[in-house]
Amino acid sequence: MSEDKKQERGILKIDEEECKGCGLCMEACPPKVIAMGERLNRYGYRTAAYAGAGCTGCGICFLACPEPGAITVLRLVKPGGASAATAPEGATACASN
Amino acid sequence: MSSPVVAEYAVARGKAKSFYDRYERKSELQHQTHFCAGCGHGTIHKMLAAAIDELGVQDRTILVGPVGCGVFTYYYFDVGNVQAAHGRAPAVATAICRSRPGSVIISYQGDGDLSAIGSAEILHAANRGENIAVLFVNNAIYSMTGGQAAPTTLLGQKSTTTPLGRNAATEGYPLHVSELLATLEAPVYIERVGLGDNKQIAQAARAIRRAVENQSRGLGFSLVEVLSPCPTIWKMSPVEAQHWVRETMEKTFPLGVFCDRTKERLAAPAMQSAPVPAPALDELPRILGVADADLPEGHAQAIAGGQIVDLQVRIAGFGGQGVLLLGEVLAEAGLDAGLEVSWLPSYGPEMRSGTSNCHVRLAREAIDSPLVSAPNVLVAMNEPSLRKFDQSVRPGGWVIYNGEEFPADCRREGVHVLALPFTELANGMGDKRAANMVMMGAVLEIAGVLPDASVAAALRHLVRNPRWVELDERAMARGRDLFQQAFAATPPRSSQIRGTVSEP
Repeated sequence: MSEDKKQERGILKIDEEECKGCGLCMEACPPKVIAMGERLNRYGYRTAAYAGAGCTGCGICFLACPEPGAITVLRLVKPGGASAATAPEGATACASN
Repeated sequence: MSSPVVAEYAVARGKAKSFYDRYERKSELQHQTHFCAGCGHGTIHKMLAAAIDELGVQDRTILVGPVGCGVFTYYYFDVGNVQAAHGRAPAVATAICRSRPGSVIISYQGDGDLSAIGSAEILHAANRGENIAVLFVNNAIYSMTGGQAAPTTLLGQKSTTTPLGRNAATEGYPLHVSELLATLEAPVYIERVGLGDNKQIAQAARAIRRAVENQSRGLGFSLVEVLSPCPTIWKMSPVEAQHWVRETMEKTFPLGVFCDRTKERLAAPAMQSAPVPAPALDELPRILGVADADLPEGHAQAIAGGQIVDLQVRIAGFGGQGVLLLGEVLAEAGLDAGLEVSWLPSYGPEMRSGTSNCHVRLAREAIDSPLVSAPNVLVAMNEPSLRKFDQSVRPGGWVIYNGEEFPADCRREGVHVLALPFTELANGMGDKRAANMVMMGAVLEIAGVLPDASVAAALRHLVRNPRWVELDERAMARGRDLFQQAFAATPPRSSQIRGTVSEP
């Protein structure tokens, strides 16, 4: 996590407004980096939360999730020198396949 | 060594473009689907949307939605949407397939919809090899209505209608739709997949994509059955429900490919199911073997303007006496003459020797009902028919009876009677089966309005065989003669049938 040279292969984004907290992504996630969050969203669901590190970008959580847009999986396409922790939010997204 | 280059990330998995950004089902909840947490429908929706995106067919996709939990497809998918009546999605999809070739047509159905009320539709769509992709979401129960047993409910599975568990002796066995349809010759691809674990989920996504791809290539009928969790009705957590799919459901519904003719269809494009285009409208007379000259032409001017026509005829007899044909000739002649007509046959399952009758109306004005409950002309081809209907004839009306003697007890004041042994008369002319046309001659004399050309055209159109047309024409002429002989002195014509509009 704190090692600069080790970049995250993937990044997971969970839309709290769309998640219903079914937990299927937690079940599906191979590295087990998704857990149930503590807070409720505005519909009253406890939602899934990404641990913040360890995502491999495999995308199986996206397939297992029943909500169309609750999960977005980003995958590292061009390694950079900066720490992964600084990269994610505004990642340049393009390909949709 | 740290470089100033920032690592780049791209979306590997995200919301498909084939979904709407917001779902306008309700003013609130526009971010979420209406499905319960952990419902398989959402997962399958996503696989379908991804397949549509990947194949680039969003603009020509038409999705036919079911009745059941999957009903709201049109709120989610940004494609053409039709919502079919319960179980009828394959029939609706067939119609779309025929009328919009080149479209990517997907029928989305649950197990209550497809395997119960819609079992006939899916069977015949599959048997025709209709070029549609069917997604069959099987959760072994009726979910939207609260958990009643479906044809796919497992043996021993409890539901509100099988509270002790499904018992084969009373509720039958679970219906294996994929296996059943795979016995047919037409389907190109049938596979059962599940949503029981990651591996199954990945395979389900591949199968759904394949079905959509087959459809877009015009290969024929594809069906993917998806064993799908229903945590709410199964009364399980989403994760338990997922386990139940692979540990319990899969034992009854084994996963696998049941039919795959993709390669042979690709190899033989002639086999591909392309519906034969409908013939042009003006081609129909030629295809049906109907010469244009024989079709009713509607000579509206043939009958003098200002004349009221209201002929209400009941024709009754034994099946085989030509009751219906007499009515048809009368109605078609009226059609040719530009009148409003109706012809309503009424007979039991017997085609021969049973009783049969028909209602015929000819009028200048629009006809309100094709029923003739109080005829002004009754054609009774035998005594039982006379006795059945003679009381219904209006005063001033006519009874034409096929018999030497009119039964005395059937005589009524103010009703005109022509009783002759029409069958014997026809027999003398060459064939007793022409009796109906002899009687027709009398009806034409009573009606008095139908042009000879219209009657001849109707006869040629309906009878076809020249030998019979010739005999029938002679028989009709004989009937006219007999009528005129009988009423030579005072032809009593009914004012109810024809009248004259009083000139202002």
